[in-house]
Formats: sequence, structure tokens, C-alpha cells
Amino acid sequence: MSSALLRTTPALRGALRAGQASAAVSTSFVRGKATLPDLQYDYGALEPHISGKIMELHHKKHHQTYVTGLNTALQTIAEAESKGDAAKAASVAPLLNFHGGGHINHTLFWENLAPASREGGGEPDGALKKAISQDFGSFDTFRKQMNAALAGIQGSGWAWLVKDKQSGNLGLVTRANQDPVTGNYAPLLGIDAWEHAYYLQYENRKAEYFEAIWNVINWKTVASRFEKSA
Amino acid sequence: MVNFANFWQYIAPLQTALSGDQFNATKMAVQTYKLTRLPYLHDALEPHISTQIMQLHHTKHHQAYVNNLNSALQAHAKAVEAGDIAAQVALQPVIKFNAGGHINHALFWYNLAPADLPDTKIDAAPTLAVEIDKTWGSFDNFKKAFSDVLLKIQGSGWGWLVKDGQQLRIVTTKDQDPVVGGEVPLIGVDMWEHAYYLQYLNGKAAYVENIWNVINWKTAESRFVNGREDVFEKLKALL
Ligand SMILES: [Fe+2]
Ligand SMILES: [Fe+2]
Repeated sequence: MSSALLRTTPALRGALRAGQASAAVSTSFVRGKATLPDLQYDYGALEPHISGKIMELHHKKHHQTYVTGLNTALQTIAEAESKGDAAKAASVAPLLNFHGGGHINHTLFWENLAPASREGGGEPDGALKKAISQDFGSFDTFRKQMNAALAGIQGSGWAWLVKDKQSGNLGLVTRANQDPVTGNYAPLLGIDAWEHAYYLQYENRKAEYFEAIWNVINWKTVASRFEKSA
Repeated sequence: MVNFANFWQYIAPLQTALSGDQFNATKMAVQTYKLTRLPYLHDALEPHISTQIMQLHHTKHHQAYVNNLNSALQAHAKAVEAGDIAAQVALQPVIKFNAGGHINHALFWYNLAPADLPDTKIDAAPTLAVEIDKTWGSFDNFKKAFSDVLLKIQGSGWGWLVKDGQQLRIVTTKDQDPVVGGEVPLIGVDMWEHAYYLQYLNGKAAYVENIWNVINWKTAESRFVNGREDVFEKLKALL
């Protein structure tokens, strides 16, 4: 399970390099340790759509907590493994899923956002645009469906544009809490619907956040994930 | 684990409306729920829970559960009338979520009180305090155990002290699932981020530490002594 988490790293790095030549390594593991990835833009760079205060807390505090929790879970598993204590190792599974998922989801999220003054916002083009039109009818329909999916999340969670690895079709899925997108789906675009993602700026008006975030979607990253997930 | 067969007894008037003995029961007006009146002002829990949080939490979040519950019940009644079983099934999770949100917040507001009231001291719950000591060894041990459970909730949810038969237990429910089955909810603590974020940001441990100052032990004692029939009878008046 832990190795599956670590294996996602090269793909994340690749996606990042495609967008930013000078990018520092996004998610690095030192001796199997997860570390907080650097953002490829300043905390204030997504304003006015996402406030600098939200970005700073979200990255420095929330994401860091998942990184720390993941490392603790991995260490507990390693210790249990060395003692041959399979039951102990297995008992950590929910924490591994939660913190590992939180680390993966947020890493993907930061990379599929960009300042509106740079790559952020607008609409996708090329093969991704064509696929969205084919599978959702139009970009606008897709956006509406994604917003409806986000609004329908009961509690904390995420909505994702995904690609079905077998059929190649695009689809929308939601995940509770920090459950990551796994298995037959490749995550292309994720939007964090936890309250911490918008509350300081939008309070209970989450529909306004779901509208605003389209101004800072990095379609270059999404297109690159779309092409690589063939 | 959560038995939703019992869920409907929380909202008995609804049950009457949907399965009343009249043949044209579905034509009956659907029960409309209202926002629970707070037993104190929005600033009364300062400095432990800020006025701004209380205002938003009560007049926006809680109100949204009430509004969404009412529209889902209306839509459900129409679907029953139209014999549209698919629409009825599709509405059930919406009803469950929003009715749960309504019930949980109503219970929550009433198990909180301004810190300077004697109700917020464990002495206000003499019978319950004995049982807490018996179960956890001491009041402090109980507080520690409850706080640990609250902080381990993954995502949105609630922590509850419940009476289960004659025993006390700490349980959690996810999102807006209410405490159902035979358990009596004595104390509920909202662990959604909206309950603390404007004041405590990501520091939810500080929220949990401070909420002990505003727990209404008098209400908890009454819920413990009088049992679930009484709790839900009183609750109905607040919904
Ligand atoms: Fe987040
Ligand atoms: Fe709440």
C-alpha cells in the first residue's frame, strides 16, 4: 500500500515539469518520507479568487498535517512489519488512506491551479477540449455538472474530472473526505470542497467559491494529465 | 451500525403526512420545519465561540438544512403523488442529510450554554457525573477520551456522549448522520470546520479544549435522567 503511494511520485513530478521548466521537485521523498511540495506560485497569486490567507493556511498547515500524518502512518507500518505484527500494520490502513489521500489530493490540486494572470482560467483546447465536448456535450455543460457535483457533496470531500483508463471516456466522480481517486480512473482535475478551502473568504456561500475557482484552473496541467493517462 | 429504521421516529409529523391512514394521505400538507430558536444570544458563548461563528452557523448553515429539508419533503410528497418511485429513492439521501443536520444542530444548541451559567459546571449533572466517574474513572479522564475521539474524526462529523441502555459511550457520526437506534444523545459536538474555522482556523484542538467551557451539563443531566422518549419529545418542539 505504501509503495503504491510512493509510485505516484514520478507522475506528479512529470506533470509539474511539463508546466514549469524551473520548477523545484514537487513531491520529494527522502528515504521514503513524504515532504510538503513547494507551490509554483505565491500564496497571494490566486487572488481575488482564492485569498492569500486561505492558500497559506491550506498549504502550510492543512497539507503539512497530511504529510506528517502520512509519515507517521508509514513509520508505524514499518515498525509493525519489522516485528511481524500484521494486525498492527493493518490497523493503520484508515490513517494511511486519509493522510496519504490528503497528500496526493492536495499535491494534484496545487498543480491544477494557476494564477488567472498566467495559465489559470479560460477553457481547454486541443484533444482535451474535444474529449470534453464529446463526453459532456459542451465545456459549459461540463462546468455546470462539476459544480453540481461539488454542491452535492454531503460533508467534506472532492470532485474530480477523471479519465476511464480502459474506455478513455471522461467522467465526474466525487470522493468523501480524503479518499484518493484510484483504480481504473486517472484524476485529471480536482477541486477541494472541504470548508477549509473557502470558508475564510466565502463563509457559507460555497457556490460562489465553486464559481470563482474556474478562473484559476490550470488547463495546461489538466491537458498534460489527459495525454499521459492514455 | 447506524439504524435508519428508527430515523423516522425523530420526525413523527412527517411520518403522519407520508403514511397517514387516510387514503389521500399524500395530498395532506407536508410538515414544514423551522429554524430552531436559540436559548441564548449569538454572542453569549464568547470568547469560546465567536459571535460571527454563531451567527453564520445558526442563521446560515442551520437555516440551509431546514430549507433543504423542507424542499426535499415537498418534492418527495409530489413524487409519492405521482407514483414516481425513482424520484422518491433519489430524495432519501437528501432528506436524511438535511433532517440529520436539523436534528443535530438543534440538539447541539441546547447542549451549549454561556460559560458563566452554573449549568456549564459538571455539578449541574449529579447523576450523570457519577456514571461518568464509574465509566472513565474521573471527569478529567472522560474529557480527555472525548477530546481524543473528536480530534480523530476524519472529515466532517459529530462526536457524541450517548447513553446506550444503562451505559455511557462516546460515538461519532459522519457528516450529518444523527444518533439513532436506542441511544440517547446527551452531548453533541459539531466537528465540521464551519463550527470553528473563523476563530480557530486549523487549530481544532483549541476549539475542542474551549468547548468544555460552554457545555450545558444541566441539559445533559436531563437527557440522561429522562431518557430518549423525553429527549425527542422536547426536540420535536424545537424543529
Ligand atoms: Fe484541503
Ligand atoms: Fe454545524
